[in-house]
Formats: sequence, C-alpha cells, structure tokens
Amino acid sequence: MMRLAATSLCVDLGRRRALDAVDLILGPGRLTVIVGPNGAGKTTLLRALAGLIAPAAGHVTLDGAPVVRMRASERARTIAYLPQGGSVAWPLPVTNVVALGRLPHGEQPDSLSAAGREAVADAIAAADLKGFEDRPATELSGGERARVLLARALATKAPVLLVDEPVAALDPRHELTVLQVLRAHAKAGANVVAVMHNLTLAARFADAIVLLDQGRVQAHAAPAEVFTEAQLAASFGIRAHVSHAEGGLVVVAESALPEPR
Amino acid sequence: MSRTPSPLNLGLAALLAMLAIASLAIGPAPISPLMAAKALVSDQGSASIVVREIRLPRTLLALMVGWIFGLTGASLQGLLRNPLADTAVFGAPQAAALGAVIVLYFGVVGALSWVLPIAAIIGALLSIALVVTVAGRNATVVVLVLAGLAVGSLAGAGTALAISLSPNPFAVTEIVFWLLGSFEDRSSTHVVLALPFIVVASLMILSASSGLRALALGEETARSLGVNMPLLRLLIVGGAAVGTGASVAVAGSIGFVGLVAPHLVRPFVGYDPARTLLPAGLIGAILLLAADCAVRLIPSSVEVKIGVLTALLGVPFFLWVIARRKAELAETPA
Repeated sequence: MMRLAATSLCVDLGRRRALDAVDLILGPGRLTVIVGPNGAGKTTLLRALAGLIAPAAGHVTLDGAPVVRMRASERARTIAYLPQGGSVAWPLPVTNVVALGRLPHGEQPDSLSAAGREAVADAIAAADLKGFEDRPATELSGGERARVLLARALATKAPVLLVDEPVAALDPRHELTVLQVLRAHAKAGANVVAVMHNLTLAARFADAIVLLDQGRVQAHAAPAEVFTEAQLAASFGIRAHVSHAEGGLVVVAESALPEPR
Repeated sequence: MSRTPSPLNLGLAALLAMLAIASLAIGPAPISPLMAAKALVSDQGSASIVVREIRLPRTLLALMVGWIFGLTGASLQGLLRNPLADTAVFGAPQAAALGAVIVLYFGVVGALSWVLPIAAIIGALLSIALVVTVAGRNATVVVLVLAGLAVGSLAGAGTALAISLSPNPFAVTEIVFWLLGSFEDRSSTHVVLALPFIVVASLMILSASSGLRALALGEETARSLGVNMPLLRLLIVGGAAVGTGASVAVAGSIGFVGLVAPHLVRPFVGYDPARTLLPAGLIGAILLLAADCAVRLIPSSVEVKIGVLTALLGVPFFLWVIARRKAELAETPA
C-alpha cells in the first residue's frame, strides 16, 4: 500500500518548533507537492517523512509502522530521499553515482545485478542523461548534476520517493521533463512527494498540494482548492493571477503585497 | 571490494615485495638482495642474523605503519569528503607521541610494554576529539586544519617538555625520535606490539568501505541510503586513532604518508572512495618503505630521521593540493 501518514507531528530544530502538530495522510499513486514560504518547514517535513529526524512529538508511519523504527536497510529500500542542492564529493562517473541508488539493495556500483543495471539505465534515461554516462559528475553544470542526483534516487525503485526542490536548478525544458517523470512514477503506483517553490509547475503537475506555513499545514487539497488568490495572498504575501487553461490550473505570481502577512 | 584482486593491487603488491627485499639488503653490512632473500628463508650464518633480527623488524614495521597510514588517510578523506584530511593534518601523531612519552619517561612502563601503544592511542583519540570539538561539527576543512595545526604544535611542545622534565638524563636524546620518527634499531618485539592494533584498525576501516561510497553524496543522502553514520564515524575515527597510536608508539611521529597515498591511486580506481582504500594502504606501505630505504642510503653521520623525509615530500604535496583546489576548499564543510 505504502500509505505515509504524519500524526500530530512536532519537530524541533534547536529551540525552534519547525513543525507543529502536522497531520497528513499521503496515499500511493499520487504526486503530492509541498509548497510554502521560506522557513515554513517544508524540508523538515520531508526529512521527517523520510525517517531522518526524530519527532519531538507525534509520529510518521508507513502503512502503520513508525518510519524511525524501521531497519535502516529496509527503510532505504522503501523510501528514496533526494535532499536539496546535493553535491558529489569525487569526480565519479555519472553511471556510478546513479548506481549508488542500488546500495540499499546490497548492490555495489561495480557488482550490479541484472535488475540493478536495468534500474540504473532506466533512471539515466528518465533523467535525460543519455550520453552523460561516463562524464565525471563534478564537471557537470548545476542542472545536469541535479538530474544525476534525481536519477540516483529513481534507481532505488523505491515505492516512496521524497524529493526536495528537484527542479530548482533546471532549465524550463528539464523542469517539465523531471515533473513528467515524477508524475509517471506516481501513476505507476509510487507515493511521490516533492517540495517545490514553483507554484505554476506545482499547480500543473500535482495531484495534491500541501501548503505549509510556520510549521503548520494550512491546506491539503487539490491544486484548484489550495491555489486561490486569497490563500496565496495570506500565505505567500503575493498577489497572484489564477486561471484555468486547457492543460490545467495556471498560477502566475504578479506582485508582492506591501505588507506580507 | 571486488573479489578478485585488481591488476592495480597486484602490481602494487609486487612492487612492495621488491622493495621489501631491497630493504632487507640495505644497511651497513653489504648483503646482495638475492643473498638477503636466501638469508631470510634459510640459515646463512651472520647474514641471516643481520637480515632476520635487524632488517626484518625494520622492514615489517615500515610496511605496517605505511599501510595503516595510507588506509587511514584514504578513509578520513572519504569520511570528511575532503582531499586534505589526514591524521597528520589533525595533529594526531604528535598527540600520540605525547601520550607515549608521558607514560614512558615518568617511569610508568618500559619501552616494550603494551601500555605504550594504548597511551599513544588515547593521545591520538584526545587530539582528534579536541580538534573536532574546537572546530565544531560543521566546520570547514580550513578550520579543521587550523585546529589540527594548533593541537599538533601543542602536543609537539608537550612532548619536548615532558622529555626535558624526565628524571632519565638520557631521555633528551630521544626527543628527535618521538617528534620525527624512525625505524632504526627496532626489534621483533616492536612488531608484535604494534601488529594486533594495526590489524584491528585495518578491519575497522575496511568494514566502513561501502558506507564511504554512499557518503560521496553527503551525509543526508548516505543516511537515506541506510548508512549508519555514527557507526561509520566511530569505525573510521576509532580505526584512525588505534592505527596512528600503535604506529607512533613503535616508530615516533611520521606524517604525510596518509595524506599523499590516496591521491596517487584515486585516478586509477575511478575516484571510488571504497576502492581507494586497499591500494592507498599498499601505496602508503610502498612510500614509507622506500623512504626508510632512502634514509639508510643518504650519506650522513647520524641516520636522517624518516619523518624529515616524509615531511620534505609531503608538505609540498599538501601545498600543491591546496593551490589546485583553493576555491572549493574555502566553502566545503567537512
């Protein structure tokens, strides 16, 4: 099933309460996009969902089992996590970086199984990285590297995929291809959760939006319900133009309101 | 780790074997390499005594110490994701020497006691802990290196002070040994003293190899891939301290082998931090054994200390790495 749920989830970062009584149920087969202003707690929520930080109160469960108590190897096979703005420490070839996504399956980059090799090839194709296989990952542009790291997360073939700002460094074409990949992954049954700042893309691709502000969930619904001019003004302090076009909802941020919030 | 040894590792092992034979042949008594090999395995009279009792312990120690330094350097560089990491850069050998000197010259134990490596290991652990505490957990490598420099200088001064204050009037002549290292006049007892610790340190570090691979993508990603970061840190930092302590207890402080060795092999293993470990250990052994042969060949009234040679070669290399990677080093958190 792979239903991810947060129940009365509170997380403290230092003395600050980063997440406050978050209740969420994220079902499989959907692309959920978490949006919110800077400092809203989006990354903290994603890390908590990934089982990488222990909650101060409440819990995150996957099909009823607390994620922080899952065995590390099992959690790694089940939940793939892509942190924001990652880097690669050594000039490893792209294929080997992507192959690191197979480590949770006990496969090393120099001894992949047939399934592992296929997963790596699929991930490279999905991230539009054909022809980059042997290039050192440290010599790529920011956007190319971001796609390599996304491919690494895809290569795990985990039923839950949590990605933090996957399109932040990408050109418009690759923004679209990456979101298409994430949506296709969700359509294939995975539970995909992405943190994003681009409201236009979020509105267009997400099945559901979680609007986070000051550590609390302000809204969790379909894009058309969350992205109203009033809600965007209240949470982001922007005047936005929202309209319905053929391809779906169109959200355009027009101007910053004089007194945010 | 691949199951069959790679051509690189086989080649390095062969080179190491040749150097070991050369090391058995080099010394005041002229013995040819062939004779040295023969004297090692069969009784050749006085040649056998020289080879087995004087040159073999020295050769084995240089090999073991070089191996663990290479391994330690490669694992620390992988752990901190930084090509400038090494125990020597963090002041650990000097601190290990201080630990050994304190128990030795205040008459707590003799030079061949098990307490000696343990005191040195404690010194190395304290210095690494001190460097990490002062620099903070998310320090850049520049801060780490500066803190290490300070700790190393302090420990070096402490070593000299402890020896000067020692009740033993002959101790002062040994300051040079503890600060610059040497394999001169080592016996098989020294080998036995260091070997178990070096085996343990090697096993700790080698067991961390797969985690190092994941760590190429940063701590957060490594954790999400199922790597137990506290355990990985414990294995590598603990292995580094145990290996450095045991080495310093029998050979004094020798620096920079661990810094240089990984750089020499990385291009040949596709920069894979896990596959770097084994050949870096072999290269470390080769470098130190070659240096130890060189100090015996340099014509001088007193044998040149091996730490002098490794620093003469290592420091320019260190500067070269800094110069080449200035921009990224300024920002990389360790």
